[in-house]
Amino acid sequence: MEVRQDVVDILSGFALFADLSTPELENVVQTFGEVYFSEGERIIRQGLTATGFYLIVDGSAIIRVDGKDRTTLRPGDYFGEISCLLGEPPTADVVAVRPLRCLVLPPNALEDFLVAHPHVMFRVLQGEARKLRTTTRWLS
Amino acid sequence: MAQLTEAPFPPGRYSLVVVGSGPGALQLTYSLRRLGIDHAVISQDPSPGGMFRRWPIFQRMLSWTKPFADHKRGSTEYERYDWNSLLPDEDANRAIMPTVMDGTSYFPSRPEMERGLVTFVERTGLSVRYGCRWESTRQDGDDFVLVTSDGEYRAPTVVFAVGVAEPWRPSALVVEGVQQYGDLRPAETYADRRVFIVGKQNSGFEIATGLLPWARQIVLASPSPTKLSVDTRSLVGVRARYVQPYEDWALAGGVLVLDASIESVERVGSHYLVKTRSPHDGHDFNFEVEDVIAATGFVTPLRDLPDLGVATFGQSRLPAQTPFWESASVPGIFFAGTIMQGSQGLRKHGIPSNSGAVQGYRYNARVLARHIAESRFGKRLEKRALKPDQVVPFLLAEASRGPELWHQRSYLARVVSIDPSQGIADEGIRPLAQFVDDLEGQDAVAIALEANGRDDPYPALYLRMGGKVKEHLMHPHRMLQYEEPEYQRELGSFLQPLLVEALSRTAQ
Repeated sequence: MEVRQDVVDILSGFALFADLSTPELENVVQTFGEVYFSEGERIIRQGLTATGFYLIVDGSAIIRVDGKDRTTLRPGDYFGEISCLLGEPPTADVVAVRPLRCLVLPPNALEDFLVAHPHVMFRVLQGEARKLRTTTRWLS
Repeated sequence: MAQLTEAPFPPGRYSLVVVGSGPGALQLTYSLRRLGIDHAVISQDPSPGGMFRRWPIFQRMLSWTKPFADHKRGSTEYERYDWNSLLPDEDANRAIMPTVMDGTSYFPSRPEMERGLVTFVERTGLSVRYGCRWESTRQDGDDFVLVTSDGEYRAPTVVFAVGVAEPWRPSALVVEGVQQYGDLRPAETYADRRVFIVGKQNSGFEIATGLLPWARQIVLASPSPTKLSVDTRSLVGVRARYVQPYEDWALAGGVLVLDASIESVERVGSHYLVKTRSPHDGHDFNFEVEDVIAATGFVTPLRDLPDLGVATFGQSRLPAQTPFWESASVPGIFFAGTIMQGSQGLRKHGIPSNSGAVQGYRYNARVLARHIAESRFGKRLEKRALKPDQVVPFLLAEASRGPELWHQRSYLARVVSIDPSQGIADEGIRPLAQFVDDLEGQDAVAIALEANGRDDPYPALYLRMGGKVKEHLMHPHRMLQYEEPEYQRELGSFLQPLLVEALSRTAQ
């Protein structure tokens, strides 16, 4: 039961996990690893394989494509899922813009986690739909 | 007073202070000394060994040493099979561990490991001020001031190698009589008793294995499912050595391995009532047991370093670190030994480094010693020059037999650089994360071994040219030999842009 209650409390406020009970949230905290990045450090690297699915617990990060900053990510945001789901290298860097604390799931564990937590999968799908909508607006 | 005057490193100001006398501190002080870096070493322990004095029941390491292997004992290649010996430069002092083991197990016992460390210290003539307890810390200008039981030490650079061995338990388990890993009674006192172990990692399964011949029933519980190292093909998960309770559960032999959160632990007379809840279906199970044992992990004994601004993370409260194991938030404070696992590297495929174990951090210590010598003491360390036709065989030999790459996969890498004026040079072993993120560094190639949790390990190459890093993964080889012609051709082709550039510069 190596569960950090402070992290469980933070997760309970994230939309991604809004449908989970406290024991399920404790399970999430145990299943994910916790990682820390200092300002300017790269979390995932464009073109380098086998990174992971990251969820920001505290701090903020920027998505950087070919050296150009795109979007800021904040607590509750997640990234790396496309690379994990497709088994391809990330198409962007994600860089900490201030000290960043994340939960991370290995790439090969994301499928099992989502299948075991269908409500989380639905909310990830909603997130991907929003990204697709934004991209479509850019292109139109 | 006689002891105080005879002990080395009296309180005062030093260029560098190392705290600890476990394997991490000993490897570091040895490597620093070989580089000519003056420093003090202090430790609260009475002799070398650190945490290796406080293990329950089995009193054995989880890292092995094979006395007989396909490579000569004492050779660099042999280090792949000997996970426990420290790494001196002189041949006479290499591979000490197999010489102090009695052959009954290839996992050294606690006394054998301690004997190995003492032998290393004696033969290499290392000095440590023992019985000197670090108590508090403050900053004074550019110096850190360590207040110890012997007086104050001042230094602009301090390395803490104090282990991750302070037991931790969640608030639900702060109940009178609940025991802790490292503080158990003799195994026979659990005879015919029901034992509830909280935690399903190695420490929990280690205790359960020890109690199998004694306890009436054993329950192991934590919210997430058990992983086994033989499934993950890494050190993630319960090691095979302690899997027996898992088989007992799988064959319905009486042990219970439960995915459950602990809702409460209550003492009722001479028993405990443990209330649990399943994370899968919310079902409640209650257990009445005679013993509750917390195997819920360990934290890093950083004392007041967080008050100085040292950022920590995770349940183990590990300090956040740069790729060279310096505090990410307080420059000048470094870490060695098992705390180095806080510098996480690339974690490719989610597989962590082996920096939490001797076989991993002994290499980190050598890299750290060179880094400190260069960055804090201005030392210019010699690099070996290579000819262009030596690069491919050199890198493939490293992938096939280099112990740093084998023990620290996707974490430590062999780096070969191209310098406009110096030509091709072996840069030695570097943290891979530092290499791929140093986009302004000189053109170079790094080779590491990578594991993905499914296949055999395979060489991974990272080519840094013109401020960009390109990754190339080679295929696994069933016999783990990467020097065959197909690998040579593949690597030669991948390196062609770099080597062509080197050749053209050499021609000029």
